[in-house]
Amino acid sequence: MVRALYGSRLRSQASFRLSFLADLGGQALIVAVEFLELWVILSQVGVLGGMTLPQVAVVYGLGALAFGIADLLLGEVDGLSPMIRSGKLETLLVRPVPMLLQISSLDLSLRRLGRILVGLAMYVVALGLAGFSPTPTLLLLAVLAPLAGAGIFSALLTMAGAMQFWLIEGREFANAFTYGGNYVATTPGAVFALPMRAFFTFVIPATLVAYAPTLALLHLPGPALIPGWAGWMGLPTAILAWVLAALLWRAGIRHYTGAGG
Amino acid sequence: MSALGTIATASFRQYSTYRVATAAGVFTNTVFGLIRASIMLAAISAAGGELRGYDALQAATYVWLGQALIAPIETFGTRELGERVHQGEVAVDLLRPTPLLPLMYAQKLGRSSFLLLARGVPPLLAGAVITGIALPESLWSYPLGLLSLLLAVTVAFLADTLVNLAAFWVLETRGLGVLYMAVMNLLSGFLIPIVWFPDWLLTIARATPFPSMIQTPVDALSGRVGPAESLLPLAVQAGWVAVLALAAVLALRAGERRLEVQGG
Repeated sequence: MVRALYGSRLRSQASFRLSFLADLGGQALIVAVEFLELWVILSQVGVLGGMTLPQVAVVYGLGALAFGIADLLLGEVDGLSPMIRSGKLETLLVRPVPMLLQISSLDLSLRRLGRILVGLAMYVVALGLAGFSPTPTLLLLAVLAPLAGAGIFSALLTMAGAMQFWLIEGREFANAFTYGGNYVATTPGAVFALPMRAFFTFVIPATLVAYAPTLALLHLPGPALIPGWAGWMGLPTAILAWVLAALLWRAGIRHYTGAGG
Repeated sequence: MSALGTIATASFRQYSTYRVATAAGVFTNTVFGLIRASIMLAAISAAGGELRGYDALQAATYVWLGQALIAPIETFGTRELGERVHQGEVAVDLLRPTPLLPLMYAQKLGRSSFLLLARGVPPLLAGAVITGIALPESLWSYPLGLLSLLLAVTVAFLADTLVNLAAFWVLETRGLGVLYMAVMNLLSGFLIPIVWFPDWLLTIARATPFPSMIQTPVDALSGRVGPAESLLPLAVQAGWVAVLALAAVLALRAGERRLEVQGG
């Protein structure tokens, strides 16, 4: 069933080839332009948050890759509030398929592959430039980190969606944590003052997505609160975040009252 | 004239009804401001306290003023006009007694006034408390800054309208809008001040209307560029208003001739 749901969406998008390619290119360009911000700063100062340009590029590529995967799978959960308001959610509720799976496959946009591809390319190339010396353990971390990061972000996106069952108008509120989390994740964590670093590590685990794994991969000393071994905390954090997200999502569905339609 | 005034007032009121959304927007805007300020301040301290004319306080001011302008400038772009062209609803708009572009501009001014007061000023105040902001030395910076802001809103409105008017010719404008937003965020000096750019990028940025949307009003309002020196950038803004207004009028006229609406 999962294959049928996603397969039909993939086929339908592949049929509009030109529009698809333009979209893909546009998404890729956005990631590149966003990185220009860090690149311009680093071309002026050399070191930002204790990291050189290739090291920052590892953080950025890894963060973009992780967010890209999560956004591809669950990015549309953010658009729940119009569905709640218009009553479109009812039609999804009566179907015998988990709602999250329906929303995820309903608007799976392949253009989001652009972000994933650029992120992956940057991650791999920057690791090479930053002098990554792979051992079996570190190689495992290098593969695990983007997946754990995607797990963390997709849990955050799900919580943001679940929140909309209560705060229909307050959709933007969650953006501070989802897109804001992405912004933090793609930045060297040492630039943040201690209270902010603590918040984006222990409450919203954004620094554990890319910054902490990069420290571990490149044997860099971490700032206060984020030691090198925290790079391995991504997976347990993702699992914990998903437990919370699942509970919140279930509570949200239970709370939902139809708009009558 | 009074019709446009009524429209602007109505647009102001329309937006003031979304209170929860406004509060959520202010919160998110402030969090992003904190993230951006952290990056900027880290860069300044790595540079030894000053980077190309920006010290820590000037950089923080730059970030918070930029955050204050996101909502009134609408840096994420609008899609309404483009969608109305696709749906054919624009035919109704073109039949109205008030011409389309002035009507939309009146709506934009009403909306932007509300967004500036409700979504722009609170993050600025939060920033003043958290990191502190630099105030201009000369009192002239305030009226000139506000004039620059009005011109910036106008330039952004016209450029955004042109992107939307592309819907007369291409079927899907979302990709174009996304691209426009990415380029605008960078070249307008929203993410980082354009004087930090390498020379080639600075040359490109200065050849576009984008710095007139963010960098110029931020410089004028913060007093980083004094009143006398800000007259030239203001003239550049006015020049872009003239060029883009002409382009928008011509594009709309050409689009009207192309428009074909099915059914009725």
